[in-house]
Amino acid sequence: MARAHDIGGLKGLGRVEMEQDEPVFHSEWERRVFGITMATLGKGLFNVEQFRSGVEEIPIVPYMESSYYERWIATLERNLIRAGVVSEDEIDARTTELSHRPETEVGRREEPEFCEMLLGAIHGGMSPERELDAPKGFEIGDRVVAAGTEVLTHTRLPRYVRGKTGVVVRLDKAFVFPESNAAGEGENPEWCYCVRFEAEDVWGPNAENASPVYVDVWESYLVAA
Amino acid sequence: MGENDDTVNYASLRTRAIESLLVEKGILASDAVDRVVSTYEEDIGPLNGARVVARAWSDGEYKTRLLENATGAIAELGISGMQGENMVALENTSAVHNVVVCTLCSCYPWPVLGLPPYWYKSPEYRARVVVEPRAVLEELGLELDDSQELRVWDSSAEIRYMVLPERPTGTDDLSEEELTELVTRDSMIGVARAGTS
Repeated sequence: MARAHDIGGLKGLGRVEMEQDEPVFHSEWERRVFGITMATLGKGLFNVEQFRSGVEEIPIVPYMESSYYERWIATLERNLIRAGVVSEDEIDARTTELSHRPETEVGRREEPEFCEMLLGAIHGGMSPERELDAPKGFEIGDRVVAAGTEVLTHTRLPRYVRGKTGVVVRLDKAFVFPESNAAGEGENPEWCYCVRFEAEDVWGPNAENASPVYVDVWESYLVAA
Repeated sequence: MGENDDTVNYASLRTRAIESLLVEKGILASDAVDRVVSTYEEDIGPLNGARVVARAWSDGEYKTRLLENATGAIAELGISGMQGENMVALENTSAVHNVVVCTLCSCYPWPVLGLPPYWYKSPEYRARVVVEPRAVLEELGLELDDSQELRVWDSSAEIRYMVLPERPTGTDDLSEEELTELVTRDSMIGVARAGTS
């Protein structure tokens, strides 16, 4: 097991439970965590890869015991602290203060211009697509192996396909490379591909009813088979 | 219950602590937080995706464009935005059934489906649907024919997927607007058929 989030292929987990008529958020604090995250991302205090990486740094046991937005609080804190805008001591002290005076209102400040910019990005999008002059390394139909060694830093290659062979089925655009962007080392865009892995090649001969898995990968995750 | 209440209370306190500190430091715009939340609670949700599906069912040329260039076809209906910049639509047929997951986190096509439901983000779904998809779909009430190929799509990079479900039989007389009502969120993830709740 690498990190707690990289769980594709684990079978021991229980049933998938659906909630009927589920609300978008389950409580006021979930609303605020989501909104604060989008607003601080919009300010450029951290990027999406750093945000994801912060979730992935949660050790396995607390990760599994946390709710989805509790994990967001954890990574939001990590990223705000790393950005140098707030310290853990400040957050601890303020939490204690608020627990003693729960009626304290959270202050407000408005930035109409930033607000419009952020809403514009939400409705217009912010694609991680980038220009890239380098030719594509693979074509549709190429047999490829998802390579690379196990890492404990941010990656978007799920471990269940590491070392497995598949076939390129779709050529995508060049996108910002998550590893380097998470590390603050720049965007270094690479071509992306969709690779089809046959169930037997990933899960072995006992694979359930031969359901293939399609995984989207950056070029440096692949070598020719 | 006590422990659960404490956990929730801690999350709430921690969130308020962060929000109040960021406001005081002049970093956080409260109006932006409010607007982002209301946008995803009120404006952006699976009705958008349902409009795309109903149009594809009603207009063969639109369907062709959707399957060739989903981002562009979706934009024709005025739908675009964050986490939907690079869309691919997957067509369910009697021969092939597609289901979508993000095993690593919670990637999901926000502009067409809104924010993902809890089960989609749960470790149970993310871990199991790639390795035992038929068992998971059966638990969720969807039984496939053995002859149907079941394809699982892991949103591991920047493409966001939506499923174009099969048009239910006996709906030839329905208008595009009436068809929209048959398209559920779950049918566009691939864990249900259209026309079932």
